[in-house]
Amino acid sequence: MDISFNQVSYTYQPNTPFEHHALKDLSFTIPSGSFVAVVGHTGSGKSTLIQHLNGLLRPTAGKVQIGDYHLMANKKVTSIKSLRKHVGVVFQYPEHQLFEETIKKDIAFGPRNFNTPQAEIEKRIPEVMAAVNLPLAILERPPFDLSGGQMRRVAIAGVLAMDPSVLVLDEPTAGLDPKGQQQIMDMFYQLHQEKKLTTILVTHSMEDALRYADHMIILDHGSKYMEGRPVDIFKEKEKLQAVQLDLPEIIHFLRRIEERFGISIPYRKQTMAELATEIKTKLKGVSKHE
Amino acid sequence: MNNGILIGQYVPSDSFIHRLDPRTKIMTIFFFVIFVFFANSTLSYAWLTLFALTVTFATKIRFIFILKGLTPVWFLIVFTFLLHLFVTKEGTVLIEAFALKIYSGAIIQGVAISFRFFLLILVTSLLTLTTTPIEITDAIESLLHPLKKIKFPVHELALMMSISLRFIPTLMQETEKISKAQASRGVDFRTGPLKDRIQAVVPLLVPLFVSAFKRAEELAMAMEARGYQGGEGRTKLRELKMETIDIISLITFAVVILVLFFLRT
Repeated sequence: MDISFNQVSYTYQPNTPFEHHALKDLSFTIPSGSFVAVVGHTGSGKSTLIQHLNGLLRPTAGKVQIGDYHLMANKKVTSIKSLRKHVGVVFQYPEHQLFEETIKKDIAFGPRNFNTPQAEIEKRIPEVMAAVNLPLAILERPPFDLSGGQMRRVAIAGVLAMDPSVLVLDEPTAGLDPKGQQQIMDMFYQLHQEKKLTTILVTHSMEDALRYADHMIILDHGSKYMEGRPVDIFKEKEKLQAVQLDLPEIIHFLRRIEERFGISIPYRKQTMAELATEIKTKLKGVSKHE
Repeated sequence: MNNGILIGQYVPSDSFIHRLDPRTKIMTIFFFVIFVFFANSTLSYAWLTLFALTVTFATKIRFIFILKGLTPVWFLIVFTFLLHLFVTKEGTVLIEAFALKIYSGAIIQGVAISFRFFLLILVTSLLTLTTTPIEITDAIESLLHPLKKIKFPVHELALMMSISLRFIPTLMQETEKISKAQASRGVDFRTGPLKDRIQAVVPLLVPLFVSAFKRAEELAMAMEARGYQGGEGRTKLRELKMETIDIISLITFAVVILVLFFLRT
């Protein structure tokens, strides 16, 4: 589903002393099937933005369009539930939303709310358990027995079981160990490609934005600060540092190489090994000329 | 979170009322609440109103803001007035319409009672408006201290109070977060038949309880790790101290009450 924001503003508690403008005149378009990273400092409006994607919040001004669904300030949406069926949101620390007696029931909770036939749910459960890399043997166990990382996988499986076409991820790797982070992100990327999902990732990790996203939106104080391809955005180090954002290590490294040896290596999602060979050949080339 | 309800909210300011010892404020309000019931003449009511308004203006909080914050209570005050208006049967009949008779005594009684009600609410809400919850807890602990002699767990009670006050906003946030997460999974809290809506509370309550218990356990461990072992021999970061201004305030209040007894009929 294509997603577009048209001059969207959102104000918390308008006309009170506690008034707070969380989004200001925000416009952007996310074509169906893209992987978008939303980046910004704490309080830049990221969480407010993603709550517009499934109608938890309605803009106070402007218009949000998700596929055929339109969200506007003074128009109540009647089909909000079917919008939520299409947009799966994995919130921060999603393991806090588990509540059923067994893992199986918890995963089935979402699809059941959306009136998915029982047979279809039965079919999806093993699929999503495989997607999040959990054994089927634990299905009948209570979710609260699991470790934190496993609970998070169950919660993610619960969202995936809704079979959404848009997947919204709010810092899905926060609080996991580095290996777990990598696994979860690889899993989302694989799903994104296999199921042709539109994925929106809110993250603090520039590494993840660079590695997975094909489009990046940087927010600052509720407004759009930069937008574009990650490789292009990371060329503007000074502009990023002005909003306390850093370069990914790999880009930083390549810049240092350029400063030191005067050879430029564009980043094209090479692996470490490929990069090493590339640097080696280029460096040798430089020394031969001298 | 602020829905225009002022009760229990703290509004920071630098007035001398804010700086008064919380015990002074609690005691004053405690006795004010009692002595309001002694007022029985127009003059005595006027005197108490003068006192309440003076204190209100001394807080430097905008009066309109306070009145607006009391909106939910206005209903109760009007209700009290109407109740007295129709039920009391004293004095002469003033109006007779349909089967209803309105007596002169009823109007006087209604005005007096609802006015008393208004004074009570105004003054008690001044306490929470000008005193942080922590200060109130400290003051209660200090005022209840004598009960220690009869083995009443004063310190524990105060600790329980401050912990629960501290975690109210946290729980509110948590509730909002979880209800949003469950709404995203298709739970409908707002529409549908009552039975469905009651059932929709389960996915909200279970995670809330789970995290509340987890948090309690973590808090207990953190307290123990920092050597907490009950109130015995524990010193305070914020010592409550009665200053000259507190003494002056209490004496002024005592004078106000004395004058009240002269104004009674």
